Amino acid sequence: MTDLPHTTSRKMGLVIDLDTCVGCHACVISCKGWNTENYGAPLSDQDAYGADPSGTFLNRVHSYEVQPEQGHAQLIHFPKSCLHCEDAPCVTVCPTGASYKRVEDGIVLVNEEDCIGCGLCAWSCPYGARELDLAAGVMKKCTLCVDRIYNENLPEEDRQPACVRTCPAGARHFGDLGDPGSDVSQLVAARGGMDLMPEMGTKPVNKYLPPRPKDTLSQTHEQIDVLAPFLAPVAEDTGGFLGWLDRALDKLPGGSN
Amino acid sequence: MHPAPSVIVFTTLSGLGFGLLFFLGLGMPEVTGMVAFVFYLIAYALAVGGLLASTFHLGHPERAWKAFSQWRSSWLSREGCCAVAALLTMGVYATGAVFLQSHWTLVGALGAALSLGTVFTTSMIYAQLKTVPRWNMVPLTPALFLTLSLAGGALLAGQEGQAMGLLTLAGLTLLAYWHQGDRAFALSGTSLATATGLGARGDVRAFEPPHTGTNYLLREFAYVVGRKHATRLRVIGFALAIALPLLCLLLPVQGLMAKHLLAALAVVLHIAGVACTRWLFFAEAEHVVGLYYGKR
Ligand code: SF4
Ligand code: SF4
Ligand code: SF4
Repeated sequence: MTDLPHTTSRKMGLVIDLDTCVGCHACVISCKGWNTENYGAPLSDQDAYGADPSGTFLNRVHSYEVQPEQGHAQLIHFPKSCLHCEDAPCVTVCPTGASYKRVEDGIVLVNEEDCIGCGLCAWSCPYGARELDLAAGVMKKCTLCVDRIYNENLPEEDRQPACVRTCPAGARHFGDLGDPGSDVSQLVAARGGMDLMPEMGTKPVNKYLPPRPKDTLSQTHEQIDVLAPFLAPVAEDTGGFLGWLDRALDKLPGGSN
Repeated sequence: MHPAPSVIVFTTLSGLGFGLLFFLGLGMPEVTGMVAFVFYLIAYALAVGGLLASTFHLGHPERAWKAFSQWRSSWLSREGCCAVAALLTMGVYATGAVFLQSHWTLVGALGAALSLGTVFTTSMIYAQLKTVPRWNMVPLTPALFLTLSLAGGALLAGQEGQAMGLLTLAGLTLLAYWHQGDRAFALSGTSLATATGLGARGDVRAFEPPHTGTNYLLREFAYVVGRKHATRLRVIGFALAIALPLLCLLLPVQGLMAKHLLAALAVVLHIAGVACTRWLFFAEAEHVVGLYYGKR
């Protein structure tokens, strides 16, 4: 049934740090790589080597520019995948029961055997987290790497989502956001983690950590370049034989003026 | 939103078909035998044809039957159940009218209610979506679908009196829908600022999209082709769907033949007009996900 569970025992999800994301798109690639070979239909590409390539991805990285009223604009890289919403509209609109939210960990999944590819769930998702695969004709979305996080065939350090495992900046964190004591919950509390589009009432499980304020060194110290004093020339006037040679060579035609 | 032809055809035709079934179910006109057969043939062709067209945009049409299962939560599922129930009930009523010259009033009334219910469930598929503020208007969006379906049904059923009233009502609803719809996105309060959560820090601008090409989301949700003609198309749609059919009904003509011809013309104009406003219904609708791409 595509009724939503009233509560889930755990709320597994991601915490994405907008302060540390460097916009390298490594999570995009590792997500596509893992998920095209594992759970469900592969993530197909259309016209991959042609003039108009496109394809299915479960995770994409946008980049935004924020211009404060005063000061410099800031560039913020913004990874976005399914937020595994507590009040997931994509689940309740599904006519076939293919979309569901798991009671045990809150992961939102699509049973591809039941999906008719009507696309209504993608219409209902405010975040663009669902994409209909053109080759398979079924809806694809982030599975929170459900086939990694509980997979005992993998070494323990690999039992986390591919995107989290791969991020070189440590900008993606995985854990139980329903447990206030968990690392991710503490991170959210410490850094003021936020919801995307709270007005949509979807109650996302995934949280975003806002960028921290940038250093304001230039306002407190006149000198920004702290090394400069140490690198200043020790003597401006050269004396002695070398000084005479320098001046004499300057006087020759073609010498420095 | 991408105005998929299959969905426009579906909502236009099945809306009309179920509108006609509504009037037939109420015994307007109270026809039997061959005449009844032709009426029901038209109604079923429209309603079923529309439903079949809607399966064309599915990724897996062969599994469509599974869509009857989630009526407890899903408006799309409710629509499927309601449509089948309406068609079956009206089938029983039609059998009575065509072959047994009898009108089972209760069955007809039930069929009429289910037919209207089907149109309502269709409208709720759109009206429930918070992600498309222009559609997320209850009761305006359901009112629009219902009044247009009833007006078209009355036209097809030859109920001129009702048709005039219903066309006027549908026209007013359409105007209200456009008026309110143009404000809906701003009123929803969703912007790139809330979408990124970065609004408090300054002015947010989409700097780089996540990919150089297009994708499913942009194709499906960020459809802007032809929006610049919206005003002109609104005028054309309104004229075809409402004003001209009303004129056809109001023209004082002599003779049954001329009257029938005008009525037929009114139907054709109306269908074209509804299709045009349905195209606008989709093409003008903006999905909030466009914000992430700096598009509307
Ligand atoms: S982010 Fe979208 S797809 Fe994921 S649970 Fe929320 S509404 Fe559903
Ligand atoms: S596309 Fe599949 S998962 Fe989405 S609503 Fe339709 S049947 Fe359900
Ligand atoms: S959790 Fe897995 S499926 Fe989801 S975005 Fe990360 S890599 Fe992709």
